[in-house]
Amino acid sequence: MKVTVTVMLKDGVLDPQGKAIGHALAGLGFAGIGEVRAGKIIELDLAETDPARARAAAETMARKLLANTVIERFDIAVGGA
Amino acid sequence: MRAGIVVFPGINRERDMAIALERAAGHAPRMIWHRETDLAGLDLVVIPGGFSFGDYLRCGAMAAQSPVMAAVRAHAARGGYVLGVCNGFQILSEAGMLPGALLRNAGLRFLSRDCHLRVERADTAFTRRYQQGEVFRAPMAHGDGNYFADDATLDRLEGEGLVAFRYATPAGQVTQAANPNGSARAIAGLYSPNLRVLGLMPHPEDLVDPLLGGEDGKPLFASLAEAFAA
Repeated sequence: MKVTVTVMLKDGVLDPQGKAIGHALAGLGFAGIGEVRAGKIIELDLAETDPARARAAAETMARKLLANTVIERFDIAVGGA
Repeated sequence: MRAGIVVFPGINRERDMAIALERAAGHAPRMIWHRETDLAGLDLVVIPGGFSFGDYLRCGAMAAQSPVMAAVRAHAARGGYVLGVCNGFQILSEAGMLPGALLRNAGLRFLSRDCHLRVERADTAFTRRYQQGEVFRAPMAHGDGNYFADDATLDRLEGEGLVAFRYATPAGQVTQAANPNGSARAIAGLYSPNLRVLGLMPHPEDLVDPLLGGEDGKPLFASLAEAFAA
């Protein structure tokens, strides 16, 4: 079962990379760009077939390794074969 | 002083650290591969700088989960001393042994240059050969050294006197210009509550010989040698 973990810096944690991307987009002439935040997406292919258990497993993985919850938050999406 | 240096794949400052420790102690430290778990008999465990596991995911994230880190945690829990420099500081924070996190430098650039550190307290095993308020020069070489913690944690660290070093001007002034990576409250290094675990971003081990441009980092290693001489 495919599980997607999205990791983003928490609100309030400075994201200089997002800022630089925003500046670069403005430099290319794109107008009306507000805040830009950059994060990571981690796709897991799990042997687990039960969606609830797959989500719980991914959440444990996210807390232990995939995200640093001091500075990051994460979202989990379960789906696909 | 019985010191050991933990070596992870991708670490590259372990030999500079070994030279600094050997000069201070008179004998070579033990090199500890990251799969080893026996740290018995060591006074001090050092986690050196570099790019452990390629800095994949986050700096220090992979190393923090490796077998040796459980042993390092147990060593610290027994009251053992730990020094983490640069990637070593990142690993200690990822392992939860020091609070907060090291973010991308505020200016986004990898910074390879000298900085000045103000010694916030000189009554620890790491700093007894410095004076409180003394400023020393240290090279920095990192992309992710921007110290972050929430305000409550920062207040607690300051209230409990756990800030080891701050980025400062050569005269000891803490200013925005002297804080090259944007660290919260200009924090360059931190102690654990028992003052036996120290993490810092700059590299005192790289200024221990006049041939390298100075000896500003020498007192840190002399302090440790003196503390463990008895």
